[in-house]
Amino acid sequence: MSDVALAAGGAVRPVTTETRAVRRALVAAAVVFLALFLVLPLAAVFAEAFRAGLAGYLAAIREPDALAAIRLTLLVAAIACPANLVFGLAAAWAVAKFEFRGKSLLVTLIDLPFSISPVISGLVYVLLFGAQGLLGPWLKAHGIEIIFAVPGIVLATIFVTLPFVARELIPLMQEQGSGDEEAALSLGAGGWKVFFLVTLPNVKWALLYGVLLCNARAMGEFGAVSVVSGHIRSLTNTMPLQVEILYNEYNFAAAFAVASLLAGLALVTLVLKSVLEWRYGHALSAAGRH
Amino acid sequence: MTSALGLPLRRPSVLPGFGLALGFTLVYLGLVVLVPLAALVLKTAGLGWAGFWALATDPRTLSALRLSFGTALAAAAINLVFGLLVAWVLVRYDFPGRRLVDAMIDLPFALPTAVAGIALASLYAPNGPIGALAAMAGLRIAFTPLGIVVALTFVSLPFVVRTIQPVLEEIDRELEEAAATLGAGRLATLRRVILPTLVPAMLTGFALALARAVGEYGSVIFIAGNIPYVSEIAPLLIVIRLEEFHYQAATALACDMLAVSFALLLAINLVQAWSRGRFGHV
Repeated sequence: MSDVALAAGGAVRPVTTETRAVRRALVAAAVVFLALFLVLPLAAVFAEAFRAGLAGYLAAIREPDALAAIRLTLLVAAIACPANLVFGLAAAWAVAKFEFRGKSLLVTLIDLPFSISPVISGLVYVLLFGAQGLLGPWLKAHGIEIIFAVPGIVLATIFVTLPFVARELIPLMQEQGSGDEEAALSLGAGGWKVFFLVTLPNVKWALLYGVLLCNARAMGEFGAVSVVSGHIRSLTNTMPLQVEILYNEYNFAAAFAVASLLAGLALVTLVLKSVLEWRYGHALSAAGRH
Repeated sequence: MTSALGLPLRRPSVLPGFGLALGFTLVYLGLVVLVPLAALVLKTAGLGWAGFWALATDPRTLSALRLSFGTALAAAAINLVFGLLVAWVLVRYDFPGRRLVDAMIDLPFALPTAVAGIALASLYAPNGPIGALAAMAGLRIAFTPLGIVVALTFVSLPFVVRTIQPVLEEIDRELEEAAATLGAGRLATLRRVILPTLVPAMLTGFALALARAVGEYGSVIFIAGNIPYVSEIAPLLIVIRLEEFHYQAATALACDMLAVSFALLLAINLVQAWSRGRFGHV
């Protein structure tokens, strides 16, 4: 493709690239920038976590409050991810397979949680369910606790992770069209059978990709959860909140030990995400190929 | 199914499940996102215009908003320059570890913000490795607005790279060859052939980075020092007002920030519509 070349001082190089020196300088600048901003903070987490040695590290993680935080984080993700998975499938089915008025507005609304500050995502639930909130007096009269309790944390997490699965599935299902489903219907399959045997296998890798990102955010969410949690130890503290509490108590080794678990989760997420992109890139939407 | 205007509400389709899928989508979206946001709007409306204006223009609020915007703009600008560089290097040059670097770009999306926050604070604090170096140069990074810029640069780093990358991959090398055969030098080609095609993606990436940075909370609060009027960002002030049970002030500030988020969202959509019309891609 780039066989057009200019003779510059005897040496021949393709016209669509730079001299070797320029290339090396640009690569070096990019790598130094990324090393400074990405790799160094990640390395700092593990370095600080193991500063007190392996024994100190294990002791910090086996702390009852830390274990309670880990359990709560797993519980919240185990509710938020399936909920948003079902939502993502329903939204993608409606948006990608049908033409209706107001569709672009619906797609914008689905993306809305990504453009709202996480603190505001938590605040809206406090204004709705909190003691001074719109439904607060009614909830109190019926003895239902949402804010400063687990339901509030789950709701805030669902809010911030709502778009992940839907925004992976919608572009992919739009690219795929409805030809396969129409063929299955014409051969006599029922609606649910078409969905489970035709549509779902067509989008399974994109679905997994969306759930992976949803899970990473659900387990790591801080701002929204911090507002609704009330920071009650071993009751309403997720892992990121536990990190904050330990750090503010100057218990740095323990804070970084819990943080290193979350950093490990982030690395596993990145590896799985890259594997999906490299092996099944053709089965992800154009937006999900990066 | 036709509406009052005679326009079809939806085009007929042989596929089943439209009612169920759309119904579930709307109910879920309504309960999780729209009703809570409506509560925010209702609470703000309850303040009355005078009450809202007094709270929204409170000096501490304005100072927090100015800081959030100033630092977010600075971080988005840094990421515009380095994001372009990183995207260019990743798409155009082959070097050892290129795929690893490519995969690492998404780290700020995957790493919980609180973890990023304490890691950056420990690096940039005066007794941390980078903070100590900066201190020798007479520069304080942590507990100043500069520290906030560092944290915001970290969290918004992937946006510019990830919006420019696909557009750069699509650019036809033949355009550059044509420019070269017509006598353009390499720099002229870059500036007058490649850069203009990248402008929409750069603007979109910049706006996305800015939107994320303005609302960011977790990674900032550890490194900022949180001194009122100096290094107190708007999302933190919302949390402080809530902890003081001053719900009205929190609501008014949240409304200010929501208005800004919507303006940015609109700007992104306009840029993308313009780009689709002009270049046929986003």
